Amino acid sequence: MPPAAATPLKKRSARKAATAESMAAMQREISVSEFFAKNRHLLGFDNPRKAVLTTVKEAVDNALDACEEAGILPEISVQMLQLDETRFKITVQDNGPGILRKQIENIFGKLLYGSKFHRLKMSRGQQGIGISAAGMYGLMTTGKPVKIISKTGKRKPSHEVVLKIDTSKNRAEVVSDTEHPEDDKFFAEGHGTIVTIELEGKYQKGRQSIDEYLEQTAIANPHATFTWTGPTNETVVYPRAMDELPAEAKEIKPHPKGIELGTLIQMLERTDPKSVSAFLQDEFSRVGQRKASELIKLADKKTSKTITPRTRISTMGHDEAEALYKAIQDTSIMAPPTDCLVPIGSRALLAGLLKELQAEFFAAATRPPAVYRGNPFQMEVAIAFGGNLPRDDSARVLRFANRVPLLYQQSACSSFKAILETGWKNYGLQQPRSSLPTGPLVIMVHMASVWVPFTSESKEAIADYDEIRKEMRLALQECGRKLGTYLRRRQKMKKEAERRSVFERYIGEIATACHNITGTDARALFVALKKIAARKTEEADQKLDQDGKVLDTRDPLEKDDDVIILHERSADGDDDADVLFEDDIPARKLPRRGSKAAKRTTTRKKKTSRKR
Amino acid sequence: MAKKKTSKKAAKKATKTSAGRRAGRKGPVSRKRDAETIASIENLADSVTKDGLKGRDPSVNIPLRTVSNMNWNKRKRILEMGDATQIRELFNVGQARKFMQTLLLAKGCKDLIEAQKTLSLRGMYYMSLHTIEGTKEKTFNEQTESDTVLEDLEVGLGGLREELHVFAKKRGTMVGNITVEDSGDEIDCRRMGTGGYAIPSICEPSVLQFKKCDAKFVLHVEKDTVWSRFNEDRFWEKHNCILTEGSGQPPRGVRRLLHRLNKELRLPVYCLLDCDPWGHYIYSVIKQGSINLAFESERMAIPDAKFMGIRADDYDRCDLSADVRIALNDRDVTRARQIADYPWFKDKRPWQKEIKKLLSNGFKMEVESLITKDISYVTEVYVPERLKAKDFLD
Repeated sequence: MPPAAATPLKKRSARKAATAESMAAMQREISVSEFFAKNRHLLGFDNPRKAVLTTVKEAVDNALDACEEAGILPEISVQMLQLDETRFKITVQDNGPGILRKQIENIFGKLLYGSKFHRLKMSRGQQGIGISAAGMYGLMTTGKPVKIISKTGKRKPSHEVVLKIDTSKNRAEVVSDTEHPEDDKFFAEGHGTIVTIELEGKYQKGRQSIDEYLEQTAIANPHATFTWTGPTNETVVYPRAMDELPAEAKEIKPHPKGIELGTLIQMLERTDPKSVSAFLQDEFSRVGQRKASELIKLADKKTSKTITPRTRISTMGHDEAEALYKAIQDTSIMAPPTDCLVPIGSRALLAGLLKELQAEFFAAATRPPAVYRGNPFQMEVAIAFGGNLPRDDSARVLRFANRVPLLYQQSACSSFKAILETGWKNYGLQQPRSSLPTGPLVIMVHMASVWVPFTSESKEAIADYDEIRKEMRLALQECGRKLGTYLRRRQKMKKEAERRSVFERYIGEIATACHNITGTDARALFVALKKIAARKTEEADQKLDQDGKVLDTRDPLEKDDDVIILHERSADGDDDADVLFEDDIPARKLPRRGSKAAKRTTTRKKKTSRKR
Repeated sequence: MAKKKTSKKAAKKATKTSAGRRAGRKGPVSRKRDAETIASIENLADSVTKDGLKGRDPSVNIPLRTVSNMNWNKRKRILEMGDATQIRELFNVGQARKFMQTLLLAKGCKDLIEAQKTLSLRGMYYMSLHTIEGTKEKTFNEQTESDTVLEDLEVGLGGLREELHVFAKKRGTMVGNITVEDSGDEIDCRRMGTGGYAIPSICEPSVLQFKKCDAKFVLHVEKDTVWSRFNEDRFWEKHNCILTEGSGQPPRGVRRLLHRLNKELRLPVYCLLDCDPWGHYIYSVIKQGSINLAFESERMAIPDAKFMGIRADDYDRCDLSADVRIALNDRDVTRARQIADYPWFKDKRPWQKEIKKLLSNGFKMEVESLITKDISYVTEVYVPERLKAKDFLD
């Protein structure tokens, strides 16, 4: 819902006899900024802890969007300094393209200003509220303005601007403006932006913390490097796992089926083309000349007024618009193009999970694009299982929308419902009635769309459209099946190993007994019997796999691109060497430089077969 | 897991009939027979070795000792074992342990034979008991495990337990008009005091020979208490017989001894047992042989044995007090019906009548119940009457 619609709020005066005049004196316009200043919870500033997270989140989302759009592999560092018990200073630096000096006030000082609202393009931000709202919150709680340093190129000077938001006017006020010389040392790559906001807040680790947000962002953005320095002065680096930027998302025009009558009227008012036919073809996707004529013909029948392809837009009134709207509803129109969607991709999903989670099994599924309310979207699901994940808890759900982690309101989210209605028991997991499956499981759900339907402006949960939930479920089932196959196989392998050990236990005794009876060579017999035991258990392995069909020796799962299995992490394959290796890298703390991290990932990747 | 049918026959094969009876050896079995047993044990180990080295599944064929693999030989009037065998495989999770135990016991038996010594079942269990190297598992968890495997080995090798130099715990007592020689010691069974001669577990001719016998028949009673009554009353002296007792279901030694008394000395065998399905079954085992040892029936069963009592109509006939009645429980009833259904009871009218009467009475009676009439009623009235009237169930 565009927040503009919420603007005309009227205040009621008290019981005392008020006149229309006295009331009129109190009635005045409310600026967006004022509205949100009072309703900060709508934007995710409900409490001090969440405010801190939202601030980081908005800044990081903007940084990632900017970097990707400019084709730069993102390197983002987040720093949080504790000034006193409840006051923090948050600094987010990126290596993006920078911001032109004249745009700085608009971007950071004005609510609802941005490049993303008016177009249908997949991006993290949507409304253009985020970062300015964070600045506003900081100003309101500490009185301190926002500081922005930005540089657009090596040969350009960097600008350091300090801004205050004037809430009543929804406008920024420049406190100071410093131009630094070209050879300043703010940005190693010669471009980027640094935002510093001081605010009242609270820092606490654990669920819904900045740490969790960055960890999940790193999973969904394996092409980015994040450096996080918290108030305790510990530095954590989330290194990038791949050097490819995601493909650039294409912008699309709205699909006729996705708009409502009011929007249609608005579009008619704003449009440049003069004729209805041109309007339909220019403003919508999937409407060509023929489809436009078809729509107009049908619309003509639905109203007493005449509409022809040449009818001028300016002459069209409400009746004609409504007729056109009805015509759109009654005509079948090709689904919107889906090349506007850039899913994370199974490979990148796996890479992201692999580097952040100590699990033994990973699987990913990317659904083909689908459409809800005329908006194309695409669902992706990845799961991680086993390894060092906690065994007795219920599954952890990581939700993402356009690569942004969603940390709050899990149970209100469509994805949560989709997970509940998936029958995890079929895949060898436990699932108490109408709740999450339990076990060492992480489920990641990502929705990519040109317009993600959030349940609120603070972007915390995906609205529950049937089409969306269905796609989620299908993707979950796909991953679930892979996990089920793996678990069944693992169980069988365990059984086989047990069988083998039973045989091997007795072989020695038998060889000795035979030796004692006939004087045969006990050692030779022992070796021969052991060989048979090995062959026997291997044979049974094949026979038992997949409904008793004999399969080739290669593991069907490991040939699949969307599955990674790390045997050394499996519960029974835990040998000492592996444990030591894992200990070697204590919980990702301190200066683990890229090289070492990269080495670790490549060695792991060797065991995963992924040719594409 | 599917059982693999290997046509390959494992360890084989030895003669089943009893050994030659030559005197003058140290061990319980003749040298010749010992050599044969050792050969069949070596055969067993050999076939396992050959299979193993050639990459085949080692297996041992063991004749099935079940009701289904048991035939009633109407002509010989004994139970015989059928041809069905079970294949015990090493590479079968359910059988691997037993396979190992079979070979361990085979090895133990060979050692015993070579040392010309015998051991009890329990001794055998200890002989092969050790912890498997590299594990915490013992080769045998309890004696019953080794007992059943030993029985398997016995039928598998086609030899007898005695021939493997293994014996069971002694059970059963004898007294009467006979002199025997047990491992060279002459024993006069007329002078055994109150305890009687303990019937050894191995009663093969190589151990036990009959010397002088004046007795005209054998009276076998179910248990020790009744036997003591007869012995104290010097029943065997008065009636010129041999008095035996098998402590319930008679062990092999007792059965073998009865068989030999019957076959070699041509003495009729009469049984005095409780009036209940269990008593009837003891009679059945003595007469026809048991299911478990069907392969030895020829050497154990006494088809001519007769059932003297107690019978269901004795309650009325002897006018016993109501106190001696022990109500039949459900198991008794089922068992009684089963026994009535056995082919060797099926076409015997008197037996059908007897079991019917037992069931319609609804109670069982022990031999001791006759004591309610008089302490020596059984020895002075009941048995003499029956003997005189030749009133037996066949």
